[in-house]
Amino acid sequence: MSDSAARSSPLDGLLEHYRPRPGVADELMQADGSLRAVWAPLIRQLARLSPEDLAQRTARADQYLKDAGVYYRQYTGTSSTERDWPLSHIPVAIGGEEWQQLSEGIVQRAELLERVMADLYGPGDLVSYGLLPAELVTRNPEWLRPVVGIHPRSGHFLHFLAFEIGRSPDGSWFVLGDRTQAPSGAGFALENRMATSRMFHDYFPTANVERLAGFFRGFRDAVNGLRGDSDGRAAILTPGQHTDTYFEHAYIARYLGFMLLESDDLRVERGSLMVSTVTGPQPVSVLWRRLDSRFSDPLELDESSALGTPGMVSALRSGAITMLNSLGSGVLEARALMAFLPRISQALTGETLKLPNIATWWCGQEQERAYVRENLDRMMIGPALSTRLPFELDASTVLGGSFRRTATQPVEDWLRKDAANLVGQEAVTLSTTPALIDGQLVPRPMVVRVFAARTPQGWTVMPGGYARIGRTEDPTALAMQKGGSVADVWIVGDGPVRTDSLSAQPTGPFVRRLPGLLPSRAADNLYWLGRYVERAEAQVRKLRAYHLRLEDEVLPLVEHLGDYITEFGTKVEDAVPYGLLDLFDAARGCAGKIRDRFSTDGWHALDDLSNTAHTLAAGSVTAGDDAARAMSVLLRKLAGFSGLVHENMFRDIGWRFLTMGRALERADNIASLLISFADRTAPPGSLDVAVEVGDSVMIHRRRYSVETNRNTVIDLLALDPDNPRSLICQTRLLREQEAALPRGAAGRQMSEFARHVLRLDTDLAVAVPEEITTARLTKMRKEIAAISDALTAQYLA
Amino acid sequence: MTTTLYDITLRISYRYESPAGANRTLLRMLPLTLGDQQLISGFVSAGPEPDFRRDGSDFFGNSTTEMAHDAPLSEIDFRFTGRVRRSAGAPPLDLSCGLGQLPDELSAIRSIGPASPHHFLGDSDRVRQDPDIAAFAHDLTHPGMSTLGAVLAVSRAVHAHMAFDPKATEVTTAPVEAFREKRGVCQDFSHITIAALRAVGIPAGYVSGFLRTTPPPGQKRLEGADAMHAWVQAWCGAELGWVQVDPTNDMMVGADHILVAIGRDYSDVAPVKGSLRSTGSHTTEHQVDVISVG
Repeated sequence: MSDSAARSSPLDGLLEHYRPRPGVADELMQADGSLRAVWAPLIRQLARLSPEDLAQRTARADQYLKDAGVYYRQYTGTSSTERDWPLSHIPVAIGGEEWQQLSEGIVQRAELLERVMADLYGPGDLVSYGLLPAELVTRNPEWLRPVVGIHPRSGHFLHFLAFEIGRSPDGSWFVLGDRTQAPSGAGFALENRMATSRMFHDYFPTANVERLAGFFRGFRDAVNGLRGDSDGRAAILTPGQHTDTYFEHAYIARYLGFMLLESDDLRVERGSLMVSTVTGPQPVSVLWRRLDSRFSDPLELDESSALGTPGMVSALRSGAITMLNSLGSGVLEARALMAFLPRISQALTGETLKLPNIATWWCGQEQERAYVRENLDRMMIGPALSTRLPFELDASTVLGGSFRRTATQPVEDWLRKDAANLVGQEAVTLSTTPALIDGQLVPRPMVVRVFAARTPQGWTVMPGGYARIGRTEDPTALAMQKGGSVADVWIVGDGPVRTDSLSAQPTGPFVRRLPGLLPSRAADNLYWLGRYVERAEAQVRKLRAYHLRLEDEVLPLVEHLGDYITEFGTKVEDAVPYGLLDLFDAARGCAGKIRDRFSTDGWHALDDLSNTAHTLAAGSVTAGDDAARAMSVLLRKLAGFSGLVHENMFRDIGWRFLTMGRALERADNIASLLISFADRTAPPGSLDVAVEVGDSVMIHRRRYSVETNRNTVIDLLALDPDNPRSLICQTRLLREQEAALPRGAAGRQMSEFARHVLRLDTDLAVAVPEEITTARLTKMRKEIAAISDALTAQYLA
Repeated sequence: MTTTLYDITLRISYRYESPAGANRTLLRMLPLTLGDQQLISGFVSAGPEPDFRRDGSDFFGNSTTEMAHDAPLSEIDFRFTGRVRRSAGAPPLDLSCGLGQLPDELSAIRSIGPASPHHFLGDSDRVRQDPDIAAFAHDLTHPGMSTLGAVLAVSRAVHAHMAFDPKATEVTTAPVEAFREKRGVCQDFSHITIAALRAVGIPAGYVSGFLRTTPPPGQKRLEGADAMHAWVQAWCGAELGWVQVDPTNDMMVGADHILVAIGRDYSDVAPVKGSLRSTGSHTTEHQVDVISVG
């Protein structure tokens, strides 16, 4: 048929280089080279696209990820950098029926792991009955003695799990690793889905792909349900912005509506866990822990941890919190456990594992050790209690009979001397899946991370996953360690699926919504973001005023201005000085710590501002007019950022702190400007500088229609409530914000902070220009500092 | 069998240069009650009084007291006062298995309960495998000797290798550093002995406690009586079980030793663990009185 001929030719083109290796399972093709049914519609869709169209679509997906600010942190030696998201644009397609079977295996495994953990932190029967050697438990650094005997308040230890799975040459699935500590990847899977659904925007809606939202909604409702009748909130505990998956923590927190907290935000008071907020300490009763157990309490766990909350174990012990997963869950990740799980499953449940794990032999047993020794060429040998995945090899891993890097002793010796600390794992072969490279599909090895969440109805499995795609064709697990790229996973059903979103009806029992809380640390970062941005703007204005005058002969005024700028930690010798870059970086740093509360647009504007400043500094900007122009560029970008904050940011408490930071910084800048440039002894031309740096040239001209004199300048920059740059305008703003802040424990009584603000505001309201002397201004700066201190003590400490 | 009654006071105090806030403390100061030791009466307290207190016990059965002080403090002290009855018989007969049989005896113990020797063989926070200490231990032992013989040989050799010197090390000094410097206090003697015993496959743990302050007439005053003392327990096979030796004084533990807590190393039994958020420096004072009253 001509129709089929017309279709087969672009298909052939697309698949010209797609040649799976013999003896390796391929996701896309069957052994005879024909396409698997579940892939056919997607591949036909791809084949219909022109190369230009395809390029445009991949660019669209990449642009989405960039705009969404998706990144991960990569560590190289001592430094770490944020890296762009390495999306492999072709999703992995898995049939609905096959997925159903796989899910059953995952649920069975999750239930088994729950029982194992309950035993290891309870009666210890697995060891007594000889199903697990004692030393694999007692030597495991993730088996935490202080939590032995603690019964979880929710009745369960495990609530959210991930499993790294792969497909063997015979087509069956197996587990490479159980991720029970604090599994990441579910948020990244969501982002991958957003990107691919944009790339295939015209095809995705009709492609019968299972949606992910239902899974997350079920989990969110389950987490909220765990709060029970308590007033405590649910929150995510993150190690902070320097962890490799911080983006995901912030993303998931925003997506599910949970607070994102760091250990420092928390305190154990009496028996309860409290978060410090701008409205005082508030209880937390459910904590989704993304911080490793050992680091979460320096008092009872790792004493050297700088990340923990003292008393966390105590709070868990007293039943004040439900922790997801409970402390100590990392014990289940040890490689050696997989050697025993099949027997444990039989013994505990009478069932064989529906989803087997990678074949593992613990070398502490004689027979097993002998087997490993005899089959060295198809073994990966490594530390028994390592929690790394089999393909995350380190220098001391033996692969196929030889050490990966430094051979310190023969493998035989190593096996004999250190047997109890070693496992052999089968050097598995993974399946391959299509990756798009230079417009062609090529087979690449893959593993898939799948996620399971506990709900009141039992374990649910996310219908999708987070696939990692190898960089090279090598189908051994080794190829995965260099990272490669990541891909979306489509579970494709036979019929249409219902579209879904997170805002659908909750599935759990009704839970009262509590108003949002602002942790003190987040408020502090917003406050300082406001201050740094305003401080940067003031510096830019001063530098512009300086460079505009530089090409006149050196006047006392230029020198005065130069000295003034230097006082603020910025050298005037460089056209775009480091001191200024530091301010932009500091602002960016504050925003980076509160990514869950800060809009993507705001983040980009700040990022762009900081990048522009760095680019200008690295370029060839020269002093004088050129530098003044550069400052004008920065001012325009600053105005863009301010516009976003003012126009687009939701006016919640967080915004109020940002606004107060800006107002206080601006007040201080104006006061200091007037001290230096409105003083009777300041060099000629100073008053004009004050008005210019105070961004009030136009208004001065219109309002006074005279040359500047001290009274007009003081009136305009200090006492005029209609000038948004004036001192009194800042105190008005502060009063307004203060009145809108939650009252907290202080009740009706006026706070120290409010008293200071009102005093300064009143002083300004009743003053006439003649009274605002340099001495008075100096005193006002002290009052401004006192306001900041009072605000910090009351809300941010 | 000798039985002695002791009145004991322990006071550990801290002074801070700038007041320390958010003070949460975990204490292990109350002596254990075991077969040959009874706590007759005793109380752990703090000055100033804590705003929160909870008494309990840890994994190994040691008594714990959690305390929290809400207000910033510039000084605080923790006290134990109490009476303990201690009895001790003749040194044990050597019913221990041969060192070569110990691994088999050990793998026959299928338990992760607190008394299981399995806890005391692997690395712990403060005691990690070290090749120098391991070589030292291997030179002293051979598979044919009895486990108790090996324990005593190691304890004696550590005592000979080390000089008692309170100025040489700090509470955070790693065992291997003290081993190289050949000086230290009971904590160092004990950690080194534990590392050496574990290196030859003998489960070994850390015991904190007290020594009587004034020796019985005609006997020498023991090292370590001015502060809390530490020694070692070692597992010598199923028959003999746990044996305690004091490498600092090169002796078997007897009626002059009063046990407070048992763990894998110092970090499991530290008398005071605290989370003080102080910016300035602090000083510590440690005072022990153990008086025989009959």
